[in-house]
Amino acid sequence: MEPQSNNLNSNVAVEAINLTKTYGKKNEVLAVDAVSFSVNRGELFGIIGPDGAGKTSLFRMLTTLLLPNGGSATIDGLDIVSDYKNIRRNVGYMPGKFSLYQDMTIAENLNFFATVFNTTVQENYHLIEDIYVQIEKFKDRRAGKLSGGMKQKLALCCALIHKPTVLFLDEPTTGVDPVSRKEFWEMLKRLKAQNITIVVSTPYMDEATLCDRIALIQEGKILSIDTPQNIMNSYPNPLFNVKADNMYKLLQSLSSWQHTLNSYAFGEYAHLSIKKDNPIDSNDIQAYLNAEGHTNSIVKKVQPTVEDCFIELLSNKNVAHGNQ
Amino acid sequence: METNKEIAIKAEKMGKRFGDFTAVKEISFEVYKGEIFGFLGANGAGKTTAMRMLCGLSIPSSGSATIAGYDVFKETDKIKKQIGYMSQKFSLYEDLTILENLEFFGGIYGLTNQEIAAKSEALIQKLGLEREAKKLVASLPLGWKQKLAFCTAVFHDPKIVFLDEPTGGVDPVTRRQFWDLIYEAAARGITIFVTTHYMDEAEYCDRISMMVDGAISALGSPGDLKKQFNAADMDEVFYQLARVAKRGD
Repeated sequence: MEPQSNNLNSNVAVEAINLTKTYGKKNEVLAVDAVSFSVNRGELFGIIGPDGAGKTSLFRMLTTLLLPNGGSATIDGLDIVSDYKNIRRNVGYMPGKFSLYQDMTIAENLNFFATVFNTTVQENYHLIEDIYVQIEKFKDRRAGKLSGGMKQKLALCCALIHKPTVLFLDEPTTGVDPVSRKEFWEMLKRLKAQNITIVVSTPYMDEATLCDRIALIQEGKILSIDTPQNIMNSYPNPLFNVKADNMYKLLQSLSSWQHTLNSYAFGEYAHLSIKKDNPIDSNDIQAYLNAEGHTNSIVKKVQPTVEDCFIELLSNKNVAHGNQ
Repeated sequence: METNKEIAIKAEKMGKRFGDFTAVKEISFEVYKGEIFGFLGANGAGKTTAMRMLCGLSIPSSGSATIAGYDVFKETDKIKKQIGYMSQKFSLYEDLTILENLEFFGGIYGLTNQEIAAKSEALIQKLGLEREAKKLVASLPLGWKQKLAFCTAVFHDPKIVFLDEPTGGVDPVTRRQFWDLIYEAAARGITIFVTTHYMDEAEYCDRISMMVDGAISALGSPGDLKKQFNAADMDEVFYQLARVAKRGD
């Protein structure tokens, strides 16, 4: 059979249709449950969800390292099962766990990966220059002796050195402090400008807004796919920021109120959602808090974040499943 | 702070050198009994090294510190009995059941069989895990494992519990349930010493210290720190402090 040629003209870089992965002797563990989505060429696409949601299984199938139990997927029009060899030439993959050669230096690792892909560091240096200059002065240091942030930058260079059409980054910012996370996302933005399609997973909800489109995933299922803005706009209920002197007592008052749909801590504030047909407004909430004996309370309507949307989707699901 | 200011942790010019590298530079701070103390800092700032000294796992190169009144140089065995520890990486034995884990950790901390049995029953009931009690921990959903790991870390009623990024990768609902457990433990008088990369969680702490390049560069309540740095939220405070860091990445 003739190998199918890549379809780089198509606007779709990644397409998954009912992609499924199960584990266990009796396939009793459903890690990825009939997931369908597509990623457009040049898009920065985020898979957002907690540990155990199925993100890594999904990435490993798309990078042809794991066979699906059902459904199908293509990368640049190539089938992940029958065309795995061609896909491997074209995609870059940065696994969640550091997987470079610990005993080789920065320079050796980079050269090794370039050679494996029949290219040279010089040929695609422009793609990694921005990142590589930050670790270059340690180029003779072994990878195993690098700090977490430097390992991450080296892994990204190695995943880019063969000029992939699609770059898969599995939780590149997990365990990374907020400043380094910001820097990493700035690097991704610059890569996107080079027209590389990027699929990135993260458990940090606040990173969702940095993506063009996102899929919210939990327990192997996609809960929602859209632009972050559309997801936030589709939040169904009025949402309020609430604050008072005693935060712990405030949360208890809110959760026991008859009008409360959901309430939870949200940084400095508590978030309170009210059913959309309920005419309760800020003044009513304020009056309730006063009656409950709260002091210095502040109530203000607020725009939902992606995290609020995720919480909303999870609570719907739990109601549907009859848990909690 | 509403609690009396009984001191649970006291560090005075506590430092740690590895060869010619100073991982922790003479840090001084106090944590009060029943306080939720957030220990923040950039990667490589020295948090883990400092925490290991406070847990009695590593002897400081200089200065002094006491944990629950015990000296970190001479009384590390006593310290270990007074503290609980949980991290995202190590928590429970996956191939033991919930009850077996509780029995194991209770036993290590010297609880009697009767104490273990009574406490286990109360905990299982409180968490509503009656049906899962005899199942392997491996079979539990991740969120449950983390909550159970916390309960195991405070099973022996330690004076202080150290939590090293306990909520990393946990979904937003479970993350909040986890903090409910932290509040409950603090209300029982257990001192909480916690690290996190979630800046919204920094807001849930009574006080926070920020480590930059081995030193504590700010310490105070979230409100005080935001005022001091004229910042809208803790994320901004962190950014202002950590971006000047020279060390690490």
